[in-house]
Amino acid sequence: MTTIFDAIIRFLASLGRLLIGALAAIGRVATFGGTTVARMVRPPYYPGRVFEQLLQMGWFSLPVVGMTAIFSGAALAQQIYTAGSRFNATSTVPAVVVLGMVRELGPVLVGLMVAGRVSSAMAAELGTMRVTEQLDAMTTLRTDPYRYLIAPRLIAGLIAVPLLVLIANAIGIFGGYFVAVYKLDFNAVGYLNTTRLYLTATDLQMALVKSAFFGFFIALMGCYHGFRAQGGAAGVGRATTDAVVSAFVMILLSNMIITLMAFG
Amino acid sequence: MAVEHKIVLKDVAKTFGSNTVLDGVNLEIEKGESMAIIGQSGSGKSVTLKCILGLVKPDRGAIWIDGEDVATMSQRELERTRAKFGMLFQGSALFDSLPIWRNVTFALTQGRARDPVKMKKIAAENLERVGLDSKILNLRPSELSGGMQKRVALARAIAPRPEIIFFDEPTTGLDPIRADVINDLIVELVDDLGVTALTITHDMASARKIAHRVAMLYQGKIIWRGPRDRLYDSGNPYVDQFVQGRAEGPIR
Repeated sequence: MTTIFDAIIRFLASLGRLLIGALAAIGRVATFGGTTVARMVRPPYYPGRVFEQLLQMGWFSLPVVGMTAIFSGAALAQQIYTAGSRFNATSTVPAVVVLGMVRELGPVLVGLMVAGRVSSAMAAELGTMRVTEQLDAMTTLRTDPYRYLIAPRLIAGLIAVPLLVLIANAIGIFGGYFVAVYKLDFNAVGYLNTTRLYLTATDLQMALVKSAFFGFFIALMGCYHGFRAQGGAAGVGRATTDAVVSAFVMILLSNMIITLMAFG
Repeated sequence: MAVEHKIVLKDVAKTFGSNTVLDGVNLEIEKGESMAIIGQSGSGKSVTLKCILGLVKPDRGAIWIDGEDVATMSQRELERTRAKFGMLFQGSALFDSLPIWRNVTFALTQGRARDPVKMKKIAAENLERVGLDSKILNLRPSELSGGMQKRVALARAIAPRPEIIFFDEPTTGLDPIRADVINDLIVELVDDLGVTALTITHDMASARKIAHRVAMLYQGKIIWRGPRDRLYDSGNPYVDQFVQGRAEGPIR
């Protein structure tokens, strides 16, 4: 009898440890984000660093984001056409492309691409600074790493990702248009008219809200894991992996929550 | 009580996981004094420095700087107190993304790229103090040798004119001649600038040259302290074994 009880208790204990571990991690991330926000409201401010990060996160992400969007939009148009032709609904192509792109694919794909590009780079850079004591050195040089390094990245994430999503939406819709008009023989003017009809301000606002969250999580995960890196090169490698994986999870999770709340 | 204590540590303890690194450190450093802490690798020397700087929070004990308790300070007061410190890191810890002149003047601009003409002039003055030519102003840290990086790091630490400078293994990784150049620089800085210095090292030659007093850290406690002349006849078997570098003895 006792062995069964022991087994049950061991099982419950391991579940509990898992839960406590997860809660502790959430607490650490929240503390990290909270500290940054609390510090960045007081000077010194670093507008130059924000601009640098905007360039890094936004401008240099344009090629990869643009490619992702045009390929996805084009493939989406073809898929809707093929599926729609089975029940005589090929005319839904422009509507589904615009809705799918703006509401879901644009924000999520851009979020994931930027997370892969930027969270990893941030974690590697900050992690290297941590293990080579550059972060400690900065503190002894009268400069707060939260204000100098973290705050500009969080601000840039909040601004850059929504802008990228707007651009990606336009490019993705164009990708669908391109396939529809030149391969599937849609009427160009009619396609654009339908697109405009289904493009609503609410959907765009929702896309911007989502992508602001994604941008924040991308920067937060990159910074948090980089800041906590320890144990030399291997530690930086681990931090980089953790940053990307956790940014992906946060993007997909928050996307689901926001979508369920908005349309539920 | 004529002497003025710059830094006082009382019963400072710190444990990481199950590893007790500091187990009640007591230490007083006087104003204008140069103190060296010797001890084995992993004996908690770096953690002691980081506790004083507020980079690591001790589990127990108190730290006073200029008579003020660090633990009770607000973030703002802590930042003001940190401005009294300069530190030379073991691996130099130069910012590899910034040119030398911005590294040296980092504390003065708090990281901002302002007044390049004035800042380059200040950087050049501080580089000269550590015996470096202003030709390297626009180079990146990775373009310099380890010894030069250390000197740039020293210039960076002294540029904001700190009252207290910490040296973390200042001679580690340098050849004996370059190590002695760094020793001379440290002695000069303490004498000329009147700073209070705290050095952690396991280089006995360096400790004897740069420190007025030496303390030995062993198993998280200060087990011996005394003037540098007594280092080789301390009468303490642990210190004897350590300074003579013997494998046999009470330290295992």
